[in-house]
Amino acid sequence: MELVRRQFDYWATTYRRTWKGSIISSFVNPLLFLSAMGVGLGGYVDDSSGPQSLGGVSYLAFLAPGLLATTALQTAVSESSFAVYGKFKWNKVYSSMTATPLRVVDILNGNLLYVGFRLATTCAVFLIVLAAFGVAGSIAGALGALLSAVLVGMACTTPVFGYSAWIKTDAAFAVLFRLGLIPMFLFSGAFFPVDQMPDTIEWLAYLTPVWHGVELCRGFTLGSAELWPGVGHVGYLLVWIAVGWLWARTAFQRRLVEASS
Amino acid sequence: MQQTTDIDPLVRARGLTKSYGHVEAVRGIDVDVRPGETFGFLGPNGAGKSSAMRMIAAVSPVSAGELRILDLDPATDGPAIRARIGVCPQEDSLDMEITVRENLTVYGRYFGLSRAECRERADELLDFVQLADKAGDSVEELSGGMKRRLTIARSLINRPELLLLDEPTTGLDPQARHLVWERLFRLKQQGVTLVLTTHYMDEAEQLCDRLVVMDNGVIVAAGSPQELIAAYSTKEVTELRFGAGEHEAVASKVSDLAERVEVLPDRLLLYTDEGEAAAIAVHERGLRPIAVLVRRSTLEDVFLRLTGRTLVD
Repeated sequence: MELVRRQFDYWATTYRRTWKGSIISSFVNPLLFLSAMGVGLGGYVDDSSGPQSLGGVSYLAFLAPGLLATTALQTAVSESSFAVYGKFKWNKVYSSMTATPLRVVDILNGNLLYVGFRLATTCAVFLIVLAAFGVAGSIAGALGALLSAVLVGMACTTPVFGYSAWIKTDAAFAVLFRLGLIPMFLFSGAFFPVDQMPDTIEWLAYLTPVWHGVELCRGFTLGSAELWPGVGHVGYLLVWIAVGWLWARTAFQRRLVEASS
Repeated sequence: MQQTTDIDPLVRARGLTKSYGHVEAVRGIDVDVRPGETFGFLGPNGAGKSSAMRMIAAVSPVSAGELRILDLDPATDGPAIRARIGVCPQEDSLDMEITVRENLTVYGRYFGLSRAECRERADELLDFVQLADKAGDSVEELSGGMKRRLTIARSLINRPELLLLDEPTTGLDPQARHLVWERLFRLKQQGVTLVLTTHYMDEAEQLCDRLVVMDNGVIVAAGSPQELIAAYSTKEVTELRFGAGEHEAVASKVSDLAERVEVLPDRLLLYTDEGEAAAIAVHERGLRPIAVLVRRSTLEDVFLRLTGRTLVD
C-alpha cells in the first residue's frame, strides 16, 4: 500500500489540471439528460401508458438511477481506454514508473484507485442533480446508489484496463465502443425494462455488469432493494472486477516487463 | 584492464542471457562494473545493448545466467535495487501533461522522498541541467536536448549510486550532445558510477573508462578505449576516396602499403602506424584519390575490424 500511496502526488497533479472542467460536465450532463428524457420524454410516457407500467413510479424516477449507472460506465471507459493506452504508447508514463521502486501491480492499483476517485466524484455530483429533481431517494438510498455506481464503474474499469494494455493499435477501441460501450449503454435496462426485449437480448443484458448496476442503483433510489438479489448483483460485479483485474495485471506485466522494448 | 578486483563490483553478470520467445537478444555476457567508473556498451542497433540495460535496471527479468546489482538479486530485490539506481531511458518518457518541475517532484515521490526533499532536489537538479528558467513550462515546449537533460535530471532525483543511460545522445544535434556529455562528465567527477550504451564511438571514447563492444548479443571485445585501439587497430589510418566503384580495384594496388586495407563503399582505409608515409607512397604509385585524410584510429576502426561492419549504417 505504501508503494501505491507514493503515486498520490502524480494523480493529484494530473487531476488539478482538469478538475474544474470535469466537475462542470458532471453537472451539465445529468441536467441535460434528465430534462430531455426524464421530464420531456418521461411526461409523454407517463401520460400514454399510465403510472402502473413501470411498477407505479414515474419515468423520471425510473430513468434517474439508470442514468447514474450508465454515467459510471461512461466515466469508467473514458478513464481506462485512451487514458491508459496513451500511458503505454504515447507518453510512456508507466514505463518511466517501472524504473522506480514501484512494481507493476502498484502502478496498476494506483491508477485504479484514481479511477475509483473519479467515479465517486462524478457520481456524487450526479446524485446531487438527482436530488434537485427529487429522484435521489432517501439519504441512505442515495449513499447506497453511490456505492453501487462506483461498484459497477469499477466492474467496467478493470476489464477495459486489460483491453487497453492488450491491444496493439488504438483502432481497436472502435470495436470496444461499438460492441461494448454503446450496446451496454442502450440495452442494460437504464431506459426501459429489459424484459421488453426478445429473450436473447434480455439474457445478454443479464450478463453485462451494467444491468446489475442499474438494478442496484434503482433498488436504492426507489427504496425497493431486496437483500438476496442485491447480494447477487454485488457478487456478480465483484467477479467482473476480480477477473478484469487479473487480466489487466497480466497485460500490464507483459507490456511493461516482458516486452522487448 | 584496471586492477581493482578487490572492490566489489556494482554490477556483476556471468553468462547473462535474455530471450524473447525464440529470439536471443543477449547471449551470455560477462560484465563487471566497478564503483566510480564509467562503463560502456558499444555496438550497433540491435546488438542487445538495451536488453542488457533493461536487465541491469532490474526491470526485465533475466532469462539465464547470473546477475547481481549492488550485491542484490534483481529477481527478488527489484524495488530495493531500483530505489538506489537511476535510469535514463532511450525514449524520454516524460509526462507532457505536467510541468518541467512537476516531472521531477512527482517522480521523487515514487522513491519515498518527502515533498520538501522533492522540491529541494528538483530545484538543485534543474540548476544542474541548466533548466531552472524552464521550471514552470510544459514539457512540450522543450527542445530535444532540453528534454534529454530533464530526463537525466529525473534519473538523479534519488541520488543514485549507479546511473544507467541508454543511448544518452541519440537524436540530438552536436551542440546539444556536447552539453549532455559535459553534464555527464561532471557527474563522473562527483564519483557517480555511470553505465551507458551507445552506438557512437566518439561518445564511448569521450566518456568511458572501460567498455565492451557488443555485436549480435555477445561481447566481441572488452577494455579501455586505448587498449581496444592498441589491440585491434593501428596507430593511424589513411582514408582514400576514389570515384564510385573504383575502390576494389585500387585496393589490390596498395595492399602492401599498410598492415591492413578495408574497402568501404565510399572509401579505402589503410591501417598503418605511418599514415603520412602511406599517403605519399600512394601518390608515388601514380594513384590520384579525390580526397586523402590521415587520422588516428578510433573505436569505429576497432568495430570494423571485429565485425567487418560500420557502427552507424
